[in-house]
Amino acid sequence: MTDRQPSADRLPEEREEVELGSQSVGRPASAPVGGAMAIPEEPLSVPSDVSLTYEHGVELRARSQWAYARMRFLRHRLAVASLVVLFLIALVAVFADQLAPYSYDELDLENIASPPTLEGWHLFGTDLLGRDYLSRVIFGVRTSLWVAVFVAALSTAIGTAIGAIAGYYGGWLDNLLMRVTDLVLTLPTLAVLLTASVYLGQGKPVRVAVILALLFWTGLARIVRGLFLSLREKEFVEAARAAGASDGRIILRHILPNCVGPIVVTMTLIVATAILVEAALSFLGFGIQPPQPALGKLIAEGETEGFALWWLVTFPGLVIVIICLAINFVGDGLRDALDPTQRRVRA
Amino acid sequence: MPEPVLSIRDLTVEFDTEDGVVHAVTGVSWDLHPGEVLGIVGESGSGKSVSMLSVLGLIPQPPGRIVSGEAIFKGEDLLRMPRRKLRAIRGGDIAMIFQDPMTSLNPVLTVGYQIAEALQAHNPDLSDKQAEQRTIELLRLVGVPSAERRVHQYPHEFSGGMRQRAMIAMAIANDPSVLIADEPTTALDVTIQAQIVEVLKAAQRETHAAIVLITHDLGLIAELADRVVVMYAGRVVELADVYAIFGAPRHPYTVGLMSSLARLDADLERLEPIPGQPPSLITPPPGCAFHPRCAHSQGRARCRAEIPELRQVGEGDHLSACHFAEELEARPLQVGAGVGGGT
Repeated sequence: MTDRQPSADRLPEEREEVELGSQSVGRPASAPVGGAMAIPEEPLSVPSDVSLTYEHGVELRARSQWAYARMRFLRHRLAVASLVVLFLIALVAVFADQLAPYSYDELDLENIASPPTLEGWHLFGTDLLGRDYLSRVIFGVRTSLWVAVFVAALSTAIGTAIGAIAGYYGGWLDNLLMRVTDLVLTLPTLAVLLTASVYLGQGKPVRVAVILALLFWTGLARIVRGLFLSLREKEFVEAARAAGASDGRIILRHILPNCVGPIVVTMTLIVATAILVEAALSFLGFGIQPPQPALGKLIAEGETEGFALWWLVTFPGLVIVIICLAINFVGDGLRDALDPTQRRVRA
Repeated sequence: MPEPVLSIRDLTVEFDTEDGVVHAVTGVSWDLHPGEVLGIVGESGSGKSVSMLSVLGLIPQPPGRIVSGEAIFKGEDLLRMPRRKLRAIRGGDIAMIFQDPMTSLNPVLTVGYQIAEALQAHNPDLSDKQAEQRTIELLRLVGVPSAERRVHQYPHEFSGGMRQRAMIAMAIANDPSVLIADEPTTALDVTIQAQIVEVLKAAQRETHAAIVLITHDLGLIAELADRVVVMYAGRVVELADVYAIFGAPRHPYTVGLMSSLARLDADLERLEPIPGQPPSLITPPPGCAFHPRCAHSQGRARCRAEIPELRQVGEGDHLSACHFAEELEARPLQVGAGVGGGT
């Protein structure tokens, strides 16, 4: 032991006790300084003595990976704004029953095919049957978002499991799973969807979502497989194996947490894609069936009326664009924030 | 001599590659006695790590292949043990310290979690609370300051030396009887190396584990090892106690290693490198694998034709695999006198 080490150890301890003492008397020195505890860190994070920062300057600003990720995400203004927008849209969707001025199939016969107007609060106008279009868009958002989130969750689960097993074990299992993935990937999505919806019966959002999920997991499976292929060669995996960890434990507790970033980013993008594909499907008449509104369905209905009733196409279309843009921005922000190689917080 | 805790006999490991079969380890045998530190030295690719990894079932198979041999640990052959049973021994009775602490800790898990996991993997009854308590004790033992705070931190908040301490804490967590240290100081800078040497000594005092120290740092060997295995091209070329290795090496390769070493106690104008490159392990030279680089062989036919057996030379348990070991006179060197790695 050199004598530099103990002195470097001792000094910050003393400094810390002084700091802690000034804030809360009798607080034990063993109190955890976790990443989330911002209050006691602040005065300590500006060391006056530069030589102390080598071992302990790092320690005093202790933050978890997640704290860094959160900070980086919050600096990404567009992503934060998009997240707020998405949150509001999701709230509207969840509380559609309370928020929508009318029910989605309620007729207002005095205002048929009305353009957006304050009269009767038909802010998005009404359709040919006199149904309030704002309410229909709100319920449409609910259906579309629900389908999209369900698709993203299910396809992420499938893709992650298949990618992880293929990447970790390799060999014939990898070959088999990746060929299955290739097979699914080569299927013409729209044709399969149309066929499937004819045979499985139309209309039920759950069915549409399951079919979409069964087609959307391939990209993620490839990404996760790639990550596992490289991560399984890392020394910390070998170290875990040398410490006696089982395969399942290594996959779930050691490798998977290192893949969270790409998985989350891909998942957000699946949400956006699912909304678009579901809209396309409904537009073609094979997705969600009336009277339940979905965004694509609304556009399809409006499209038959031509541009005379412009509001019927414009508003649901606009909502789709806003949702998808916002999701992509959030995905961008998450990708930057969760990149573990990026320790720096952008200004 | 007490019963060896780990006994390796005639271990041969090969790797299938596109260029041919790599003979990574050939006919390696040695005993590890309780409480001793056995150093394994050799160049990169001489089979030091592979021999230990294959004993623990940690080489990928394929392409790796354990052709023959046995590794007797507590009366059982590790190489023929069911995977599940071997896994229980890994990290339990036989623990390993890896070379690079920067990459051997999982970046997304706290250091405390990773040590506690090693504990709980082998003691399922241990509660989280107890595991954390024990983790803090372990971190203290290896000299991590403010251990009760450090357990909750992530590897990136640890410096290199602190990480290696944490790795050592993880390795000794389950009180192993064999500790394999694979180049434990190579990735660290020199001042930290000296500290880690102290930690290793403390760890051995605590656990009374026998240590297999894999390194190419002869200073570290001089500092820690009791006996030394010198490997070249996948074979053991010399095996002796540390004093004999440094004071009276009986293999030209060991002699070459000693002369290529910077020393504080000898006034040398230049270091003498061993000429040439390490041999190909796919098509090793015929006869003694070292003969193309050997200063001692002088082109004798026997070196080129006949693979030398590891045999007893001189007094005691000094083994050497050189046909002409007896010609190497004892060199007047003192052991441990300022050979690198001092604290």
